[in-house]
Amino acid sequence: MSGGHSTYTPTNGFTKWLDSRLPLIRVMNDNVTNFPTPKNLNYWYTFGAILTFCLAVQLVTGIVLAMHYVASADKAFASIEYIMRDVNYGWLIRYVHMNGASMFFLAVYVHMFRGLYYGSYKAPREILWILGVIIYFLMMATAFLGYTLPWGQMSFWGATVITNFFSAFDQVIPGLGSGVLEWLRGDFAVDDAAVKRFFALHYLLPFVIAGVVFLHIWALHVPGNNNPTGIDVKGPQDTVPFHPYYTVKDGFATAIFMMLFAVFVFYAPNYLGHPDNYVEANPLVTPAHIVPEWYFLPFYAILRAVPDKLTGVLLMFGAIGVLFFVPWLDWSKVRSASYRPVFRQFFVLFVIACLALGWAGAQPAEGAALLIAQVGTFYYFIFFIFIMPVVGLWETPRKLPESIAKAVLAKNGHAAVQPAQ
Amino acid sequence: MKIRSMLATAGLLLAALAAPALASESEVALKTAEWSFDGPFGTYDAAQIRRGFQVYKDVCAACHSLKYVSYRNLSGPQGPFHTPADPKLGEDAVKALIDGIEVPDLDDAGEPITRQARLSDPFRSPFANEKAARAANNGANPPDLSVMVKARAGGADYLYSILTGYEEAPGDVVMQPGMSYNRFFAGHQIGMPQPIVSDDQVTYTEPGAPKASVDQMARDVTAFLAWASEPHMEERKRMGLSVLLFLAFLAALLYLSYQRIWADVEH
Ligand code: HEC
Ligand code: HEM
Repeated sequence: MSGGHSTYTPTNGFTKWLDSRLPLIRVMNDNVTNFPTPKNLNYWYTFGAILTFCLAVQLVTGIVLAMHYVASADKAFASIEYIMRDVNYGWLIRYVHMNGASMFFLAVYVHMFRGLYYGSYKAPREILWILGVIIYFLMMATAFLGYTLPWGQMSFWGATVITNFFSAFDQVIPGLGSGVLEWLRGDFAVDDAAVKRFFALHYLLPFVIAGVVFLHIWALHVPGNNNPTGIDVKGPQDTVPFHPYYTVKDGFATAIFMMLFAVFVFYAPNYLGHPDNYVEANPLVTPAHIVPEWYFLPFYAILRAVPDKLTGVLLMFGAIGVLFFVPWLDWSKVRSASYRPVFRQFFVLFVIACLALGWAGAQPAEGAALLIAQVGTFYYFIFFIFIMPVVGLWETPRKLPESIAKAVLAKNGHAAVQPAQ
Repeated sequence: MKIRSMLATAGLLLAALAAPALASESEVALKTAEWSFDGPFGTYDAAQIRRGFQVYKDVCAACHSLKYVSYRNLSGPQGPFHTPADPKLGEDAVKALIDGIEVPDLDDAGEPITRQARLSDPFRSPFANEKAARAANNGANPPDLSVMVKARAGGADYLYSILTGYEEAPGDVVMQPGMSYNRFFAGHQIGMPQPIVSDDQVTYTEPGAPKASVDQMARDVTAFLAWASEPHMEERKRMGLSVLLFLAFLAALLYLSYQRIWADVEH
């Protein structure tokens, strides 16, 4: 996997034999144990490990749930109650999976903002970034499919509203949208056929994600990690072996993250959910407000920011699509926003815009909330297609340190003689 | 320093995103009660849940099913009638209480019959199907109560408010036939006639039971339904404490290892 040369020497007969047949230990050594990693990575860099943990949790709890869940419009809701009440520790498995999805998104948002801030998408890490965006897109699809499975009111109405997006394409070619819609649902309405296919796909996609994560980490290991200074690694004085330096740091951060996770699972398991999802799906009763899960709210706000349905749908997909082009939209020579005083301000505004969009997505699309959604949507796109390229050309960055090692020394020099951290 | 700012940011992000999505949608501020099961260490009050079961059985069961709960859950390890020293005692107590409840079944010839309910049966549903339920209730469908406390914003407070929120309709409100005015119900016109009407409507038999006032019965049946919605709550909170203590210990060890391992590296 690694672009560099190997640091592994087999020592005994067996490892020599194995190494010339299947160099498993060599690959592990070069990519995990001894992988040279910049020594200045901060805690924002622990979210990759946290995400790997989240994916594993979702896979394990999901497979156990699938052993008891019944994918049918008649029995899905009852089978969830059976899991919650009668399956041994079923309540635990389900609450972990339910809240695990939220924790996964929380971590991926931190991870993505981190990448944007430190310019981790720039050459030579474009493919790494694009694979990340693909993972994010697959995560959204998986979460949407999973949310329909308990067959509560929000499951049903959420699935109905989201699949209805496609009917907007009737505005392009009459019949196209409704045709696609019927094909997706396998029926005229979201019903038994939809639950069954959504379940099949919800089981499949996480394994696709796991495959893309493998490519993502491969693509990370060719150029190596970026770091908070954004400057390239110049030599061994800038790096430490991944193990034990980063295994222990990632491990510590993951333990803290697990504590937050546990607080939700054990003390507020339904806090992030919607009470309506404990009411069985009923096509004849429309809930007062149909709101998606919190991690979709910014996109929901973008969707409803414009009156025209097709434009809304295109904007919403565009908001994800634009992420694919980020490596070529940023024309700055400097990676890290820490050395870009102007861009940094716009970045903070961008984070605020995303949060504001999330807030607006939870409100009915009218009055102040609608206005905030429109301003937020405008800024979201302007940030990528105008601010990124223009600020990159025009801004004078601060002076970059000569190397990571020098940057570290300079930082610690100011902090007098003290143990690190 | 770095960790603190990181955690603070994560917390803010969550709070900012989650809170508005969950804002209560009811028009009137709910009545709030102190529930024994509130908070991270709250537990169910078994005596209260036993009384609440009696209210459910004597009043609500005439209209509402509780189909995801079985009689055995009452005497099971999470149930209010559980007797850990000798489980048989609790089972016998529940058997005595459900004596006379007839549930539908088939006989050996495949003919429909009714028979005495057993512990293994789910709670008996009062109506054969939704149409029968609506026909008996002026067109309104009494919802299943198994997860009701989790299915409404406000949870237990909402149920308690609904049960005690019946009032004379204000002069300017035109009531639909068969509807009752309830201050806390969305739209204020509810298809459920006031179920708990007068003190001592249910006779509390357990020694030491409080007076069966309307307010007390409303609280008790709400507590019973909270238990029915989330029977594993006590186990969940208990396990949460052990998990958090374990994780705190693990995190402390990892932090010390981290300090130790990085001690000789400028970073
Ligand atoms: C005479 C029949 C009847 C009895 C007895 C009865 N209910 Fe109801 N209940 C109904 C009907 C009908 C509805 C549906 C009301 C509507 O949708 O307008 C309902 C609705 C409810 C609701 C849902 C309100 C909402 O927010 O949608 C709750 C909670 C409830 N009942 C609790 C109880 C409890 C607790 C008892 C026993 C103390 C009880 N009911 C006794 C008929 C009854
Ligand atoms: C299942 C989801 C994901 C997993 C398991 C995952 C895993 C990882 C891991 C282990 C790393 C290395 C450690 C680190 O730098 O934090 C990493 C780095 C990276 N990831 Fe992800 N990731 C996921 C999703 C994403 C997404 C959605 C994006 C962006 C759209 C993304 C962008 C990046 C980038 C740019 C890096 C390199 C960071 C750097 O070196 O500066 N990842 N990822």
